[in-house]
Amino acid sequence: MAVHQFDAVIVGAGGAGLMAALQATQGLSLNGTVPRVAVLSKLYPTRSHTGTAQGGIGAALGNLEEDHWEWHMFDTVKGGDYLVDQDAAEIMCREAVETVYELEHMGLPFSRTPEGKIAQRPFGGHTREFGKAPVRRSCYAADRTGHMILQTVYQQCIKQGVTFFDEFHVVDLLIHNGMTCGVVAIQIATGELHTFHTKAVLFATGGCGRMYKITSNALTLTGDGMGVVYRRGLPLQDMEFFQFHPTGIYKMGILITEGARGEGGILRNNSGERFMERYAATLKDLAPRDMVSRAIYKEVREGRGIDGKDYVYLDLTHLDPQVIHDKLPDITDFVETYLGIDPSKKPIPVQPTAHYAMGGIPTNIHAEVVIDEKNSVMPGLYAAGECACVSVHGANRLGTNSLVDIIVFGRRGGKAIGQFVPKAALPPLPSDPEGATRERIQRLRQGNGSESVARIREELQREMMDKASVFRIRPDLEKMLEILRDLKGRYLNIRLQDTGTQFNTELLEAFELGHLLDLAKVTVTCALAREESRGAHSREDFPKRDDPNWLKHSLAWQNGEGVKLSFKPVSITKFKPQERKY
Amino acid sequence: MLVTFKLLRFDPDKDDKSHWETYQVELEPTDRVLDGLEAIKGRLDGTLGYRRSCAHGVCGSDAMLINGRNHLACKTLVKNVKQPITIEPMRGFKVLKDFIVDMDGFFQKYRHVQPYLIEKSPRPEKERLQSPEQRERFDDTTKCILCGACTTSCPSFWANPAYIGPAAIVQAHRFIFDSRDEGKEERLSVLNTNEGVWRCRTIFNCVEACPRGINVTRAIGEVKQAILKGKV
Repeated sequence: MAVHQFDAVIVGAGGAGLMAALQATQGLSLNGTVPRVAVLSKLYPTRSHTGTAQGGIGAALGNLEEDHWEWHMFDTVKGGDYLVDQDAAEIMCREAVETVYELEHMGLPFSRTPEGKIAQRPFGGHTREFGKAPVRRSCYAADRTGHMILQTVYQQCIKQGVTFFDEFHVVDLLIHNGMTCGVVAIQIATGELHTFHTKAVLFATGGCGRMYKITSNALTLTGDGMGVVYRRGLPLQDMEFFQFHPTGIYKMGILITEGARGEGGILRNNSGERFMERYAATLKDLAPRDMVSRAIYKEVREGRGIDGKDYVYLDLTHLDPQVIHDKLPDITDFVETYLGIDPSKKPIPVQPTAHYAMGGIPTNIHAEVVIDEKNSVMPGLYAAGECACVSVHGANRLGTNSLVDIIVFGRRGGKAIGQFVPKAALPPLPSDPEGATRERIQRLRQGNGSESVARIREELQREMMDKASVFRIRPDLEKMLEILRDLKGRYLNIRLQDTGTQFNTELLEAFELGHLLDLAKVTVTCALAREESRGAHSREDFPKRDDPNWLKHSLAWQNGEGVKLSFKPVSITKFKPQERKY
Repeated sequence: MLVTFKLLRFDPDKDDKSHWETYQVELEPTDRVLDGLEAIKGRLDGTLGYRRSCAHGVCGSDAMLINGRNHLACKTLVKNVKQPITIEPMRGFKVLKDFIVDMDGFFQKYRHVQPYLIEKSPRPEKERLQSPEQRERFDDTTKCILCGACTTSCPSFWANPAYIGPAAIVQAHRFIFDSRDEGKEERLSVLNTNEGVWRCRTIFNCVEACPRGINVTRAIGEVKQAILKGKV
């Protein structure tokens, strides 16, 4: 058993994790302590999914036209269909401005205005004067903003001497006597278990889009952090809200940035009609993602998909080819590579793609994990980014706000850790900290049934896409719960072919599938419970938002084989809930 | 369509040396080579080892030698490569398992060029100004995803593994030509050594290998010029 001691351990090396690591390291240095912060990631940090974010990071810099963080906050709250915690949204939209400047200071190569300022462009749901018209708020670096953020923040971590454990897959969280005291990880290269004994753990492990068949998410986005925390008896929040991005490449799900519509791209059905005019008269193609995805599903259902199939066109052919070349080079490359299409000449076939979990590990505004209806803090445990739920995205996240979230709350989490660690003692480890993990590995390795990880995963993804995606209805959700029970049973009957120790990725995929099955169950259970339609959660049998009964967050705990639900209020400060129209 | 793959396998738990194995899977012509690997691993042989994540050419995990040339498996379509599709690990790195190679030395070299903005002047309250032309000057090298395809296609690197390699030089270029950077001298002196830019013999393999379309050889040439002139 290898035991490492650190002041803080960050799990996940995307934007949120790296930002937290930077801040925690700097904070502890300022305190006069020698900071011992480790970042654990199952990937090399530069492989993290932050790197695939395209269109930009929202901040009311006002570089091209008047803008205010209050407008950004209003858009965020309304975009989230009023399920957003407004205290958190206020912090995010205020701090977005200084954090974007900070990223620039770190060296992020933003695209520039003719005056040399950070360039900004319109994005879905971002408006001026509380909804009057689109505003240029998304700060971008061509269509590879996430790549630049990931690279830049990683570069700064190198500069600061942050300690990395690359290709360490965290599989368990250690809690002893009510205190967070570490994590257990599998070193992928050797198969050995390592215990990280620490005062503070921050999860920044990203989303779980791989529970769906069509997704923009990396193959590695299997909800590991959420799954680990859930299994340790802590709740997950608002898991019924899963965002489908309207423009994934048909059949593949690869993301085509909303920035394409920000630059003037238009969605068209089989008759060439700009159908978004019928669904969102003011913002049209730049309406929020949940509305556009539903509109596409409706067009397809009513027979207006292209060639009668389940996709529509994203048309960029009327744009200046120079704009496409300068501002959308990566998506041009994707479309050419995977579809053989020049987007300046032919429209792009697109369909909604599973993109973002609004829900996750509940936290407060300091990224401290909270564990009940009263928001009691779990000492030493933090979460930030997509795996967390602050909640700044409510029922539907606005485009660009995921990058704002990771940077602002990653930073806040790192700061909170920097303050917590010097005051906290290193809590004792439980006896045999690796016991549970060893048992789980043994069970998976000894499995002698006829099932394979890939087959169960494929069925899960297909069924979730069919029964719990853009539109939901009771019979489908009930059926999905039955399917999940069956899949879980079959999961126990898996036989692994790889009996080795070094880079046994089949074993890790089995761990990942376990998380996906758990999280799908939570998602469907919460979706079945929430008898209303709000943001990305759209119930055909309950088509209206129901504030008197459902303006509340859901919390879900593991309860034996079942899921226990509870609810907590939404923080409403500046903006009273109104009807959501665009 | 039925697609035949010939994979150079190596299992460190069992094998002394690598050997070829052949697999056949049903795929769409528009599927990626990575889809083929996923199908093989999922349906035929769970022991297959390779790295992958984003599956659309952005994260840089799955560079490998496909039909004798470095490509990202997720950016190569089955219909565009001849069958049988042969896959080997990138050349010049130690093979750990199948297509998984030891990247630690690669990232050490990356760290060696001080791959971060070096600031000496105080930070302004808002953003530093940079004209679109200044920004354009280093745009090409900001695209690098550190996949290793360029370095492991370079004969100079194969001949001398101590050579810092094209990827690290690309990363240095990204800062040397950034108008905001104030660490050019340190960085140029790291590269102005026997194992630095002068190992490059302008063979252009790196340009062909780069999945991001970076003109790597030009970038290296510009760094050489900057060293010779003592300025950018």
